[in-house]
Amino acid sequence: MTITWDGPEGNVLPVVSAPATVLSSIGDEVDPADPAIVQLAADLVATMRVSPGCVGLAAPQVGVGVQLFAVDVTGHPKAATTHGTFVLCNAKVIEASRWKAGREGCMSVPDLTGDVKRAGRVVVAATLPGSGEEVTVTTDAFEARALQHEIDHCAGKLFLDRVAGAHAIYQRKVYL
Amino acid sequence: MHELAITVIGPDRPSIVANVAEALAGVGANLTDSTMTRLRGHFTMTLICNGPSLVEAREALSPLEDVVIEVREVAPESDKKDNGEPYVVSVHGADRLGIVAAVTRVVAVAGGNITDLSTRLSGTLYVLIAEVDLPGGAADELAEQLAVAAAELGVEVTLRRAESELL
Repeated sequence: MTITWDGPEGNVLPVVSAPATVLSSIGDEVDPADPAIVQLAADLVATMRVSPGCVGLAAPQVGVGVQLFAVDVTGHPKAATTHGTFVLCNAKVIEASRWKAGREGCMSVPDLTGDVKRAGRVVVAATLPGSGEEVTVTTDAFEARALQHEIDHCAGKLFLDRVAGAHAIYQRKVYL
Repeated sequence: MHELAITVIGPDRPSIVANVAEALAGVGANLTDSTMTRLRGHFTMTLICNGPSLVEAREALSPLEDVVIEVREVAPESDKKDNGEPYVVSVHGADRLGIVAAVTRVVAVAGGNITDLSTRLSGTLYVLIAEVDLPGGAADELAEQLAVAAAELGVEVTLRRAESELL
């Protein structure tokens, strides 16, 4: 089974920054067969690809409050298992283990980073846009972190909702 | 628009932050960046706010008891970006005079700018953690110099990159 994105060309959309209501609202479940969702999936991939250093982008980050996101951690030094470029609808974490703290940033919170504990191994259940095929994605390391970050976006959560403590947020120092 | 820097120090007890914030809100002060922690049981808070004049802020805070409050006007700083590379320095070992002085001097000589620092004395164990913005390519040399300083102080030191991942 491959989950690799193989859809139409998308359009690059503007990315929304916090504070914005859409980033703090629970996204609606989507119909994976809806042509508008397939187009949005393509747009997320296109926007992710033109954003330097971006390894994942969720629909709320482009102003659409639905449970849809794109991920691609290919070539990232902290990645182990990778599935290339893929887009998931209505994704849920069904297993999580090997919790580990790491510092992460977000395109929608451009000036801050924070220490966040994430599972180093996850199993995610979701459906693919277009085909509507139900899939489970088992992954680890950086791809697992990216999936949890994007699933959080679809639930209206930012990494700021999970930082380890009062002194675990930082001014972002490196601009890609 | 006045920009004010305020420090509040005193014996820790509940409600100090609420009292300070409420007094400032009452004179239209907008808190921007702030940090608060307890240092050896002392409540310590530093904050930047803007809005009221120095005199208005001092008057608003004057009823607060048991705390030493300093208010001064500062020139607004641009929230400038650090252009170097982010590193974390960790030091731990037996407490002795001069650990912070020696370690931070080595960092300064390397052109590093400390952007965050905490030290704790726990029993006889002394711990220092610093976030450092380093000029590009300075890390290896700094690591060597820190190792020399640490050997003289009899403490352990590590310098590691503060990696953050954009998601």
